Amino acid sequence: MAVTKVVMPKLSEQMEAGKVIKWLKKEGDRVQSGDILAEVETDKADVEMEAFGSGVLRKILVTAGDKAPVGALIGVIAEEGDDINAVVAQAGGGAPSAAASSAGAKPAMADRPAAVPPQPKSEDHAERTPSPSKGPESPGIRRAQETVAQQPVVTEMAPRPQAPAAADGGRVKASPLARKIAAQSGVDLKLVHGSGPGGRIVRRDVEAAAAAPAAAAAPSAAAPSPALRPVTPTVTGPEYEDVALSTMRAAIAKRMPLSKAPVPHFYVTSEVAMDRAWELREELNGLEGQPKISVNDLVIRTCALTLLHHPGVNASFQGESIRVFHRVHMGIAVALEEGLITPVLRDAHAKTLAQIAVEARDLAERARQRKLRTQELSGATFSISNLGMFDVRDFSAIINPPEGAILAVGSVRKVPVVTDEGLGVGRRMAMTISCDHRVMDGAMGARFLQDVKRLLEEPLRLLV
Amino acid sequence: MAVMTYREALNLALREEMRRDPDVFVIGEEVGLYEGAYKVTQGLLKEFGPKRIVDTPIAESGFTGVGIGAAMVGLRPVVEMMTFNFALLALDQIVNSAAKLNYMSGGQYNVPIVIRGPGGPAHQLAAQHSQSMEVYFYHVPGLKVVRPSTPMDAKGLLKSAIRDDNPVIFIESETLYNVKGEVSEDPDFLVPLGQAAVRREGTDVTVIAYMGMMYRAMEAAEELAKDGISVEIVDPRTLQPLDTETIIRSVRKTHRAVVVEAGAGFAGMGSEIATEITEEAFDDLDAPVARVTGAQAPMPYARSLERLKTPTKEKIADAIRQVCYANGSR
Repeated sequence: MAVTKVVMPKLSEQMEAGKVIKWLKKEGDRVQSGDILAEVETDKADVEMEAFGSGVLRKILVTAGDKAPVGALIGVIAEEGDDINAVVAQAGGGAPSAAASSAGAKPAMADRPAAVPPQPKSEDHAERTPSPSKGPESPGIRRAQETVAQQPVVTEMAPRPQAPAAADGGRVKASPLARKIAAQSGVDLKLVHGSGPGGRIVRRDVEAAAAAPAAAAAPSAAAPSPALRPVTPTVTGPEYEDVALSTMRAAIAKRMPLSKAPVPHFYVTSEVAMDRAWELREELNGLEGQPKISVNDLVIRTCALTLLHHPGVNASFQGESIRVFHRVHMGIAVALEEGLITPVLRDAHAKTLAQIAVEARDLAERARQRKLRTQELSGATFSISNLGMFDVRDFSAIINPPEGAILAVGSVRKVPVVTDEGLGVGRRMAMTISCDHRVMDGAMGARFLQDVKRLLEEPLRLLV
Repeated sequence: MAVMTYREALNLALREEMRRDPDVFVIGEEVGLYEGAYKVTQGLLKEFGPKRIVDTPIAESGFTGVGIGAAMVGLRPVVEMMTFNFALLALDQIVNSAAKLNYMSGGQYNVPIVIRGPGGPAHQLAAQHSQSMEVYFYHVPGLKVVRPSTPMDAKGLLKSAIRDDNPVIFIESETLYNVKGEVSEDPDFLVPLGQAAVRREGTDVTVIAYMGMMYRAMEAAEELAKDGISVEIVDPRTLQPLDTETIIRSVRKTHRAVVVEAGAGFAGMGSEIATEITEEAFDDLDAPVARVTGAQAPMPYARSLERLKTPTKEKIADAIRQVCYANGSR
């Protein structure tokens, strides 16, 4: 039987390293192709990793709790009699630590991966939508990993003791080449320690940072105190502390400038009379045996239907062309303790309110448990971010490329309104759409918003 | 191929070109009966006679002017400066006549002249005879400037210079005349002007150096290889026109550069090359371009002071370590 290498799978376009949460098989266990070998944590979700070959799990090279770069050997499946020494030696002696495996293991790019995440069935939207993050993943990083593999640089798991180059508040000093590589690989130079003269960041520093996102994922600091607990001002102790980035925070920090800087945003705000929608929702939620409908479910359904009539808003900038989508895959921003995540409700335009309510709740819950599958995290054509639960009047959101727009939804507030009879009380909700000006113009965004408003103000249409 | 000295290679180039083209002649101090102060013209008087090997009085401006006039009417003079420092006496002829007549005559005259002789620091030749004279010439539009580092190049470049229709400043070195190397005996072998040579391939840093400095950089590279630093050495060979393409290609590969020159650094060849690199390959640089140059001082006669004034193997190695951010750098 052949020796099967188990490598850290690439579970998302952004993924550079993953953490083994736990092994579901132990050394010596017999495994069949398709068995779940381990659970892996990425920057977005926890994913089950399947075995790609059958045999005995002879060796585990990265123990639970440790990280490894994408493509690094983390285990070996072989028959009892097979010699696996060569394979293990290639991974740098097989010391079961993250440092050893990330530094010693060459990314097995050419090898057939031994373990792959469950693949989406049939034609999947995500596969057709090019991700904007492809650029940053390109040769720069691969090269960086090779370089690191050649020189046994120890991947530090804790923040470096020295201050980053920008610590003095001045501009970041970096060589032109270091800047170029950082831009290509999405490394934030502010977080990189410069080893050159005067703290200059040079190529090797950026390459080390790009190859070892593990360094940014040190154990997070103590749990934050509940917001409402009175805080006694202290005058002793350190003036500040530097909290290491969580994997998710690092991913957000890396991705957001890729949107806000290159995508020219513009914003259009409108206010919706939510009185009838509110009544409708109360009525629906009073029905027995029906799933609870949230305001956000109404907004999702409304946007999905409206987008069908405004394909220009359901569109993505592709450089040489604009891709207009005929289906609506709705990204729904879900706030988590440590950041946020945007699971995708597929074909929202073809789903009833009840279906949307059930699916959206399921996605949000699994997002909080970090149990989403990779394909549930990509391929949105439009997104909604709702901060209504925080008593937010209105806000504007950052577009999640390659999507062309995102709708930021505030709270439904009781406000005084002028009616034909005089002054009354009404429910109002503000919405702000952020649009990619390369894809659409102000009037397009405004017309879309107008129709969303109309539909929400005549909510019975949502039911037919 | 034959192994010969740099001096013999120059002699062979002159001999071949004089045999090939009856318009080629040599003029200068002691080039005939004495067979050259550094014996580059050895045996030429015997073969070609006094009409083509012309001894002159000690009058650089005069015989350079004779050469320029001869070139204007169709001959191909090779003017020898006993040392290139003496060319200062002929500077007006070279700069105002040789370099400009083609332009100022609207192309009616070419000045296909070669002015050759040794220059640059040698061994205890003191302040007036150790100058890196190329800096006085490559600044002047209309002149080509050649500095050949090896016997092969000495032959191939001198032949190209003689065949070139422009005035060419061809500066050799006292320290290289006895250097031996393989030289093509093919009378049609040429090294084109304006083409640099990669003398040593490497991956970590590009060192640009010519003549004696190129050999010192080679020694430094051998030493640094033991520390794991891989040095690429580019020899420009021709300073005007300068082959920036080869230099930039190399820097794009190594991401670091050190320029070495024997003369004082201010507004020298190193400044020019460093600027070209910054303009063409800024985003490829991982460190500022470093220069190793002679001190801004006249060349002292004392051997110990001469060493302080001039780039040494150690100074070159230090600069390389510095741009490589290698341990132990100062």
